[in-house]
Amino acid sequence: MLQIKKTSLIIAGMCMSTSAFSGGYRVALQGQQALGMGHTGVAMTDSAEVVFFNPAGMSFLESEQSLIAGVTLISGDTEYQNTATNTSAKTDNPIGTPVGIYYAKKHNEQFSYGIGLYTPYGNTVEWPTDWAGSHLVNNIELASIYIQPTISYKINDKYSVGLGLSYISGNVDFNRNLSTSLVDENGDRSNVTVKADGVSSWNFNIGFLAKPTDELSVGISYRSEATMEARGEPATFNNIPSSLETTFSSPTTFNADLILPAELTLGIAYDLSASTTLAFDINRTYWSAYESLDITFANGQSSINARNYKDVNIYRFGAQHALDDAFTLRGGIYLDKTPVQSGYFAPETPRNDSIGLTAGASYVVNDQLDLDFSLLFLMFEEFNGSYDHIINSDGSTSSFGGDYLSSVITLGFGINYKF
Amino acid sequence: MTIMKNTIIKLASISVACAVISACDSDFSNPVGDQNFNSGDADFTNFVSVGDSLTAGYADGALYLHGQNNSYPAILAQQFAKVGGGNFSQPLVSDNLGGLLFGGVANPAFGNRLVLNADAALPGPVPEAIEGDPTTEVIGSGLNGSIFNNMGVPGAKSFHLGAPGYGNAAGLGAGSANPYFVRFSSVAPDATVIGDAAIQQPSFFTLWIGNNDVLSYATSGGIGEDQTGNFDPTTYGPNDITDPNVFAGTYVSLVGAMTANPATQGMLINIPDVATIPYFTTVPYNAVPLDQATADILNAAYAPYNAGVAQILAADPDQVAKRTIVFAAGQNAVVILDETLTDISGVNPPATDGLINMRQATAEDLLVLTTSSKIGTLADPNDPNSAWGIGVPLVDADVLIPSEILAIDTARTAYNVTIQAAADADSNLIYVDAAALMAELDATGIDYGTGFVDSTYATGGAFSLDGVHPTARGYAIVANSIIDEINSGFNANVPRVDPGSFTAIFVK
Repeated sequence: MLQIKKTSLIIAGMCMSTSAFSGGYRVALQGQQALGMGHTGVAMTDSAEVVFFNPAGMSFLESEQSLIAGVTLISGDTEYQNTATNTSAKTDNPIGTPVGIYYAKKHNEQFSYGIGLYTPYGNTVEWPTDWAGSHLVNNIELASIYIQPTISYKINDKYSVGLGLSYISGNVDFNRNLSTSLVDENGDRSNVTVKADGVSSWNFNIGFLAKPTDELSVGISYRSEATMEARGEPATFNNIPSSLETTFSSPTTFNADLILPAELTLGIAYDLSASTTLAFDINRTYWSAYESLDITFANGQSSINARNYKDVNIYRFGAQHALDDAFTLRGGIYLDKTPVQSGYFAPETPRNDSIGLTAGASYVVNDQLDLDFSLLFLMFEEFNGSYDHIINSDGSTSSFGGDYLSSVITLGFGINYKF
Repeated sequence: MTIMKNTIIKLASISVACAVISACDSDFSNPVGDQNFNSGDADFTNFVSVGDSLTAGYADGALYLHGQNNSYPAILAQQFAKVGGGNFSQPLVSDNLGGLLFGGVANPAFGNRLVLNADAALPGPVPEAIEGDPTTEVIGSGLNGSIFNNMGVPGAKSFHLGAPGYGNAAGLGAGSANPYFVRFSSVAPDATVIGDAAIQQPSFFTLWIGNNDVLSYATSGGIGEDQTGNFDPTTYGPNDITDPNVFAGTYVSLVGAMTANPATQGMLINIPDVATIPYFTTVPYNAVPLDQATADILNAAYAPYNAGVAQILAADPDQVAKRTIVFAAGQNAVVILDETLTDISGVNPPATDGLINMRQATAEDLLVLTTSSKIGTLADPNDPNSAWGIGVPLVDADVLIPSEILAIDTARTAYNVTIQAAADADSNLIYVDAAALMAELDATGIDYGTGFVDSTYATGGAFSLDGVHPTARGYAIVANSIIDEINSGFNANVPRVDPGSFTAIFVK
């Protein structure tokens, strides 16, 4: 009963906390309708969500203009324990709220244009300060906003292509202790905070959509890699022993590059009937570009963090069924593979493989307005992992690991306005 | 309205789905804290710990709050509390500085704790006393008369624990009292440490005593006497080695006092080898780096001495070789006094005025930690050729020579035989081999899963800046070692602690 009561409160009050996804810091919650169907969408052309999923899809939207906007509330936490040392910790992540707002308009028979605003990368993990893994991370908050003007061209009734250019703005706020041991004379742990706001970059996405038959759609979409280059952003070293103040002079600045990897998606959508559609997507994310997170500080310090991610495929399946003129229900499942390799499991992105179960619904208010809902549950297995590449001050390496168990639930709301 | 009702039903079903899903959001299959921890055959309801500075939680050259709160008995008690253990009280000092006041006056012999000055402008990191005015009063502390589970008294030797008046302030001047025990002894002027411990009728105790019976001799570089054969400890000086028979008799009576109730259980902890602690392992015997030009100058300066030794000791080539002083480019052994060498200083006529009992150190000698700031400095500020250990020999107090090391180890080995025999004689008592633990820390270090410690001075993590006492992290390692013995000896499952969650050294 307590569990249900707690959940009811969560549903009612949105007292949810944040993200823990399998895919590194990629947060795949870019459309309420798509999420209901396992976050498929590269071959779907039901709403302006196509701006994100496949810009070519704008050419096949029914309305002259449409605007769809949604927000997702993420409750995600990770537990850590080490049965050898009898230690445990649990994240206390705040609620994550990725958004997706998309607008599309038909310009003429050939061209459509649109714009999207969405937040595909993010990561908020707050471990208890000075917990057992605090030399890797105390807390991290990573956020990005993409603003993507988009154009599509309808080659003929069966084929279209699309192109989007994205301006990307990102923030990071990261704190960790300098080592497992360094304290000042009062015993307070020495730590470092890096904080960058408004780091910008850009990338592009292209798509191709084919409708060989009335029932079948096939889509391909590619999103290029972007690198967020933080240059001269502020860093502070805290609780530094006074005799080390020149070694760790603070405040200082830092440089770092964060990779937002390229993604290729192939998918099909098939109408079983006028009211029922199935969709299947494969996402390939080129995480192998994320080899290392290297932070260099202007005071001469540096932090080299090998990541050595691998490319991963995510398999997504979804279905939707219109119950009547008012209600459409959706369901989906996906296999979310972690890009983190054995020995590189760091508690800053504590994700192992998971299975995502999704559900969604749309309610037609009137000819112009629909309301969308989505629900995602990510199922994680208990997992024993370690990060074996901690570089100590003397150049040796050490390891940090234990059992991890993550849980994520998201709840999304959106409106879809057609005019 | 129907549509609205349907909406509510559908949203409700989503909520229920969510609730079901949430219920699956379970904990670990084998969560920490739920591993059937238990006390087995042990009874931790009244735990008393008896000993010296190691038991008190002394570290960094002082007894300060953080050290006490992380003493191995405090760590043990905290773990015992998870399996039915009772309250554990300690005679806490007043601050995190550690210095002592005697009647309101700071006593320089009991200064503040050491912190490491790591300033890159210095030739190397150096320990310094933390700044601040101590507030811990020895006389009239307000603790006298209370009962404390931690009966660790820094500086105590075995025979001190049963010595009446060891906590009587009147004896401070004469040295028959110990300021740390004066702080918290029970009211009677003739109260003893063991008496104050035994009167608590513990169900479980630890006894770790005997370290100072050899350690004060060792840390003073062997300037004291080896009192083996002298059975009257009242005649011992502070830096002497306690006679093993005196130790044995004392130890048996201490254990007897603690086990007046035969059901009392306890851990008897043995005495580590001084050669495994950083106080003696940090400064190498060949601590003098020289270039060829300097070596040549020094060799020329020592030539008359070498010639004199060769002449006078011509009949004993071994001793000539031992005493001949030669420097070369690279690392060179320091020059030390060795009182065991044949005294030829009075040979008449001396070939030079410097035929004193000196030689260069070998790997068999142990230089004490404090020589790190002495070697190479000038004995006579006006004489540039008077560098300690190079132009002027280090003195007896700076080094343990093999005969001194042998005396220490002979006594220590005998003590440990006594301790083990006491444990073997009573099935409720278990022997803890702390010597093996310290040897492991010295030889290989210990990987505790989320980190690593060894005995390297300052950076190893196990030993505090005094080079003798563990850090809080080191005490956690000690506590885990004792827990392991408890678990195997008493069929118990007391949880270990994570050494990584305890501090190592403090940096200024």
